[in-house]
Amino acid sequence: MLAPSVPPPPVRPRHPPKIQVRDLRLRYGEQEAIRGISFDVDRNDVFAIIGPAQSGKSSLLKCLNRTIELVPGAKQSGTITIDGVKVDELPSVYALRRRVGMVAPLPVGLPLSIFDNVAFAPRAAGFHDKQELAALVEQCLRQAALWDEVKDRLHTLGTKLSGGQQQRLTIARALSHEPEILCLDEFSIAIDPVTTMRIEDVLKELKQRMTIVLVTNLVQQARRLASRTMFLWNGEIVEEGPTDVLFSDEPQSRKTYDYVNGIFG
Amino acid sequence: MATTFGETPFIKKKRRDEAVVRIVLGLMALAMVVPLLLIVGYLVERAWPLLSLDFIFTNPTHGMREGGVWSALLGTLYLVTVSLLIAAPVGVLAAVYLNEYAKKGWLTRIINLAVVNLAGVPSIVHALFGLGAFVLFARMGRSILAASLTLAIMTLPVIIASTKEALASVPLSFREACWNVGATRWQTIRGIVLPNSISGILTGVILQVSRTAGETAPIMFTGAVFFKRIEEGNPFAYSLSDQCMALSMHLFTITTQVTDAPKALPYATAVVLLGSVLLVNACAILVRLRLRARKKW
Repeated sequence: MLAPSVPPPPVRPRHPPKIQVRDLRLRYGEQEAIRGISFDVDRNDVFAIIGPAQSGKSSLLKCLNRTIELVPGAKQSGTITIDGVKVDELPSVYALRRRVGMVAPLPVGLPLSIFDNVAFAPRAAGFHDKQELAALVEQCLRQAALWDEVKDRLHTLGTKLSGGQQQRLTIARALSHEPEILCLDEFSIAIDPVTTMRIEDVLKELKQRMTIVLVTNLVQQARRLASRTMFLWNGEIVEEGPTDVLFSDEPQSRKTYDYVNGIFG
Repeated sequence: MATTFGETPFIKKKRRDEAVVRIVLGLMALAMVVPLLLIVGYLVERAWPLLSLDFIFTNPTHGMREGGVWSALLGTLYLVTVSLLIAAPVGVLAAVYLNEYAKKGWLTRIINLAVVNLAGVPSIVHALFGLGAFVLFARMGRSILAASLTLAIMTLPVIIASTKEALASVPLSFREACWNVGATRWQTIRGIVLPNSISGILTGVILQVSRTAGETAPIMFTGAVFFKRIEEGNPFAYSLSDQCMALSMHLFTITTQVTDAPKALPYATAVVLLGSVLLVNACAILVRLRLRARKKW
């Protein structure tokens, strides 16, 4: 059999996990993207997912907010629960997506003004009070460390911002629907190290209020931010555990050691 | 080998090739302009003696040997407007469905195939279909409505194709960003997709004006007549159940049937037809420029 038997998730006598994934499998037509993975994400924690391209990281995020249903040919099995409720049994997929903020790898400034970019999600949820919207937009832009740069030109186009600014705009938009879970998919590939550090500081702060799932190609970023890390390889979990252990000299798997130390991959 | 910044034979050849290609391509592009200028120039020169505002606003008289083209011009206007009022909404909405909602299955494939094939049906076949379906079966009789419906069916597939293309030019990442924050498909389409493809959609629709105005075959059996006198200067002189004259058909008639008409008459008619089509196209370009100025990425 291809898939190794999945070790049962370690018993952690803490709060019940925010997200539980059990035997998740995903295929695009003939191609298997995720081959049966199970893990837990703790509440108010940063959970990092590392792994090379094609390892199923981004697909996994799409399963979390069920945007995978919009991908033609994608077939999913297994269960994902948030706060103990299966996501595919939730009455409204749109409500689910508002609970799970998503930041894509490449910044997407919608072709709207900066203000409207951030106000898009609240408006889509039927939220129109002008004063409250303005306050919310400011709050989200501040949280995304963008407010000071754009406060004087909120009504110019979001698409005209620089790449790094657009990425922070994307984060502000993801925060605008006040999610409980924030998923970031390689948010730093388009931005410079200084901005990356600023956003990382923001994430540390946001952790107080939400659960963060961080997909990253920068293994050191996982080390800086996450308390637990999962190493995916070809749709399977190589190792999942406390970040300290994965980055120690003696992780469970030799492959993990080689990957995080840049010996291959 | 010593590095030189001088011209090696290879660099020389590259530069010569570049010059030759530029000239050849430029000439080809120029060749597109020449026929248009020649056609317009020739027509206007031949039509000159008859061209006046009166020519536009008076009915043809004396067995179409004298007078103007008013009833034909107004008829064409009616046919174009009514057929686009039918074809544009249906075509655009169908394209939105096909591009934004339809899952890739056998049904979608059949619909797309039907659209492509419908676009390839010769206009005379559309004419026969219109005669059977609208004039006879639906008992509309020969009328502006029946002719417009026939023209609408002829333009629909092209409008669907051009609209789909305009919609597809909006990057998928915009849609994904909207879905990610909990927007429905329709909220995404209304908020992002349509505002950013509207200029392409309009261009596709308006390009059909010239095609509709120029077609003779589809209206010949379904609503156009050789001659009809209407009130001059009244833009509401036709009703939908009337038969009407049309510029394209009028041109055909006076060139083939009225042999002793003044030489300038067909040319003047052609100038009016061409002029009205170019006028609409010019408006389309203006609208597109305005919308393009708001292009946002």
